[in-house]
Amino acid sequence: MKRPGKIAKLLIKTFFKKPITGNYPADGSGMPEGFRGKLKFNPSACIGCKMCMRDCPSGAIEIRKTGEKQFEAEVNLARCIYCGQCVDSCLKKALEITADFELAKLDPAQLKVILNAANKEQPKA
Amino acid sequence: MHKYGDVIVPIGPQHPALKEPESFLITLRGEKITASSVRLGYNHRGIEKACEERTYTQGVYLIERVCGICSHSHSTAFVQAVEEIAGVEIPARAKYIRTLIAELERIHSHLLWLGVAGHEIGFDTLLMYTWRDREVVMDLLAKLTGNRVNYGINTIGGVRRDVSVKQKEEVLKAIDTLEKQTKYYIDLATKETTLLKRLQGVGVLSHEDAISLGAVGPTGRASGIARDTRKDDPYAAYGELDFKVISVDNCDVYGRTLVRLGELIESFSLVRQVIAKIPDGPITVRVPRKIPAGEVLSRYEAPRGEDVHYVRSNGTEKPDRVKVRAPTLANVQSVSKMLEDRYLADMPIVIAAIDPCFSCTDRLIALRDTQTKKSNTVIWETIRLKGIEWYKQQGVDFTALNKKLSKKLHL
Repeated sequence: MKRPGKIAKLLIKTFFKKPITGNYPADGSGMPEGFRGKLKFNPSACIGCKMCMRDCPSGAIEIRKTGEKQFEAEVNLARCIYCGQCVDSCLKKALEITADFELAKLDPAQLKVILNAANKEQPKA
Repeated sequence: MHKYGDVIVPIGPQHPALKEPESFLITLRGEKITASSVRLGYNHRGIEKACEERTYTQGVYLIERVCGICSHSHSTAFVQAVEEIAGVEIPARAKYIRTLIAELERIHSHLLWLGVAGHEIGFDTLLMYTWRDREVVMDLLAKLTGNRVNYGINTIGGVRRDVSVKQKEEVLKAIDTLEKQTKYYIDLATKETTLLKRLQGVGVLSHEDAISLGAVGPTGRASGIARDTRKDDPYAAYGELDFKVISVDNCDVYGRTLVRLGELIESFSLVRQVIAKIPDGPITVRVPRKIPAGEVLSRYEAPRGEDVHYVRSNGTEKPDRVKVRAPTLANVQSVSKMLEDRYLADMPIVIAAIDPCFSCTDRLIALRDTQTKKSNTVIWETIRLKGIEWYKQQGVDFTALNKKLSKKLHL
């Protein structure tokens, strides 16, 4: 039967339901496990082969030598497209992806982060 | 002839209804459209050229960003082409995972379209409900691939992420919810008079016109062209799966709605088949970084229609040429035909009915002189020399600086 207001039933039903939208950020991000967010670097595993730099589509990562068998990674969070190719390219599994996606900063300089040997993240001076 | 004559109304580049820049020149007689022309080229990003500067691995992520909605379509079409040149056969499991993501993407795209169509006809309740349901499939894609839009599941030689048993269950559960909702929308589309009155007989594209203008995807299938790349030239795992090609003879926007809703049901069945049939085994094979010389044309049925990628390699790490023909480019020609002798008020829904994606379409524009109809091609070197000449006239001479720079570059 063709009649107007076919959707009205659903309208009435949802009127008494809780909203489908979540209360972000109070209720957490809701991003699933395995979400491709900010990188994590394990300097003790890095051998400095720079395969990640070679495969990065946006040139966001740079591996630098800081000492004897010591490397640090500089990631430009603004350039990074969060594809995770560097993690795939890494032969020694020194890079890891985390679900951290809340990376917005007011100062553009803080978007360049150095993941260094002490595993402390410092904004670039 | 109207007593005031015809009026030409420019609509765009900032379109009132669609969220992308494109321009339409509409010739109006009263409220009726007598002629229209589409002008593209406001969103040219130079992706094809940028691909030549990047390795194949990097190219996959760039090509994925051609479109925000059918990102998997573009990356699969590109990856398929590269794999064919390299002569690599990807594992069966990888093929099934690609098919799974492709069908989930189709569900997401068609639900999105249904919402947009509802919005264009002023039926925003439909927009809210379909987009709420679309969130189910978006969450599912985020769980499976690690991102909501640019999935990044493809790599040259297979896929990057495996599907676990738990994820399979989640997919089936989500599909059940979505199927129930889609059945409700089909019921709604066939019975709700608001939709029927607004969509029937709007944007008519006859079967003959659809063929001559080369309409693809749901636009073509709504005009009775039962063509689907998944059936005609099976890629990934489609050859082993059972599905129908949905085509109707309504030839209007209502037909396009029915085709998309029908395809949703087919997609649900395809996802279930993939989950049931998915074989065990590896998900990638090794592909050398250097791809041998060759050229391949790859076809893929994106949610909006047939997507064509052409890749030519020259034996190095980087492609020699990449050409993308997005489905909207094939469908945009038919918009002028659909708008002929129709009311101006129908324009937003008629354009939205082809599910246009203008930034995917913008690849290259040729400017033609309206009088002589000739196009003028300028090569890069001419532009460079012209620039130098222009600066010289302004009193700026770069000759010495250029010499210094070239010396530095050669060292």
